[in-house]
Amino acid sequence: MGQYPDSRGHFGPYGGKFVPETLMHPLEELEEAYLEARRDPGFQTELDRLLRDYSGRPTPLSRADRLSGQLGGARVYLKREDLNHTGAHKINNCLGQGLLAKRMGKERVIAETGAGQHGVATATVCALLDLECEVYMGEEDMRRQELNVFRMRLLGARVHGVSSGSQTLKDAINEAIRDWVTNVRSTYYLIGSVLSAHPYPMMVRDFQAVIGREAREQILEREGRLPHTLVACVGGGSNAIGLFHAFLEDETVAMVGVEAGGRGSNLGEHAARFSGGKPGILQGTYSYVLQDEDGQIANTHSISAGLDYASVGPEHAFLRDQGRIRYTSATDEETLEALHLLSRTEGIVSALESAHAVAEVMRLAPRLREEDLLVVNLSGRGDKDVQTVAAADSG
Amino acid sequence: MTRIGKMFDQARQQGRGAFIPYVTLGDPDLETSGRVVLELEAAGADLIELGVPFSDPLADGPVIQRATERALARGFTLEQGLALVADLRRRTQVPLLLFSYYNPLFAYGFERLAAAAKQRGIDGFLITDLSVEEADGPLQVLRGAGLDSVFLAAPTSTDERIRKIAAYSSGFIYAVSRTGVTGARKSLSDEVQSLIQKIRSQTSLPVAVGFGVSEPDHLRQVWSQAEGAVVGSAIVGCIERNLGQPDLAERVGGFARWLKGGC
Repeated sequence: MGQYPDSRGHFGPYGGKFVPETLMHPLEELEEAYLEARRDPGFQTELDRLLRDYSGRPTPLSRADRLSGQLGGARVYLKREDLNHTGAHKINNCLGQGLLAKRMGKERVIAETGAGQHGVATATVCALLDLECEVYMGEEDMRRQELNVFRMRLLGARVHGVSSGSQTLKDAINEAIRDWVTNVRSTYYLIGSVLSAHPYPMMVRDFQAVIGREAREQILEREGRLPHTLVACVGGGSNAIGLFHAFLEDETVAMVGVEAGGRGSNLGEHAARFSGGKPGILQGTYSYVLQDEDGQIANTHSISAGLDYASVGPEHAFLRDQGRIRYTSATDEETLEALHLLSRTEGIVSALESAHAVAEVMRLAPRLREEDLLVVNLSGRGDKDVQTVAAADSG
Repeated sequence: MTRIGKMFDQARQQGRGAFIPYVTLGDPDLETSGRVVLELEAAGADLIELGVPFSDPLADGPVIQRATERALARGFTLEQGLALVADLRRRTQVPLLLFSYYNPLFAYGFERLAAAAKQRGIDGFLITDLSVEEADGPLQVLRGAGLDSVFLAAPTSTDERIRKIAAYSSGFIYAVSRTGVTGARKSLSDEVQSLIQKIRSQTSLPVAVGFGVSEPDHLRQVWSQAEGAVVGSAIVGCIERNLGQPDLAERVGGFARWLKGGC
């Protein structure tokens, strides 16, 4: 498939740098610093050490026998990103970018967060690396992910509630960008997904690609063959790209990205960008965007704060157009059903985000043969969502 | 040459700086924003920036964010904005610069928009989140339509970037006075002087300074160094303070006279 992105940050027509001029040279400096770090064996050694000794990598690949038995069909494996320190894949990227921020001599780190998992991972890494940390979070998200707000504060971060717009991830990103454009000389913006202007989509992908490298090695060791299909949920899309990337050249391996189907197919009721959106420019990058006819960004809905976003990583848009990855969606209801099933059969309470991927496994596994292997990225654990699930169950 | 270039030539001959206020189209409603434009012209505006509201104005501070929300809450569409421009053009020859983010313009169809905007009487575009790196296609469209393309230069811009910005710009270059979002400030940043010097070393295009310009003193300070001063949030803030007043437009005109004339 060639090497993407190109030198200007484009994945085919997607990606690029759509930000105010004030941020352009800082992005150039960031790219230069990252490419230099990527070439530096010392940087990689330090990152590998932290991923191993601090976050607990490699994460296991668990064979889900009871889930597979219940569904019939394919043999399901779970890539256990939920067992990372802080409970999600987000830490992979935060450790990488945190080391980069240090290397660039920045003392202050800002981040946006939706579900709070990225905010917690950022606050964690900032505590570890002695960096000042401020996190922007929509007030609606603060309400539904209260536990993560406490965790961030415990870790020494300042959490700023964002009351504009829909008070979710998109609005938190606007506010983080406004902070960054103001304090750009002293501040490192630690973006949590494969979004925003180049080099972020490339850099975050590279830091998350460890998921797929491990999974590929693990499945080959266990089964001696490649999986039939990989499944991951897609908000911005960092856990999905992280799992998929090492398999892109393996032509026999199918890949499915699962977006948030929310509570209906009307604009505003879901976050399924590929079925309900069209190409546009939002927050630094050109990709699929949920918007109205006038190009105003639509509100989104998902039971999971981490998937509740109007755009999607540009590399996903590119891989979708190439036909390399198939995208589908799971509704709030299907997601809850999947979360319950996984909890009862495997003893794993996953994050609502990851349960979207499990919902697709429920549809897909019965249609496959017993010898087919299905690998699903369990991107995070569900402690943060227990209240939401309880409320949904009783409502 | 568009009305913009002619205006700067004329101001230069008269030895004065250009006064460039900003208005969000449709704030607080379409008709009133049109009346504000006419009042601003009567108050001595040399060029008026017309903001096309976008739901996610990430380069704007709270004042312009709220103006955007007011306009969108009333159901503003770009089609309505263009109709207003056509209406204004029958009454005034003041240069008009369309100012926005890329997505609402892209969603309209950029080529179709450029043709329509030119035909209704727009003189140029400034697209805040369109970097020169991404601008090859849009620039060709604007030039093809006979519209000016104004790009931002920032305190963080390197000489190399400013060279490229100058090559992509026509009409004038918009110098961002400081790092940050739009919004009124008590004093102007010291960074602006060195930015203007950097721009001068690369181009003879006129330079207008914006971001934070909000008091008569600021305008005089800017005019001592650059060809134009852009006032955005202070004007929009005046609109906001007078919401619901029947003579809102006249009050904004009075405020503009005060800004321009000082004392």
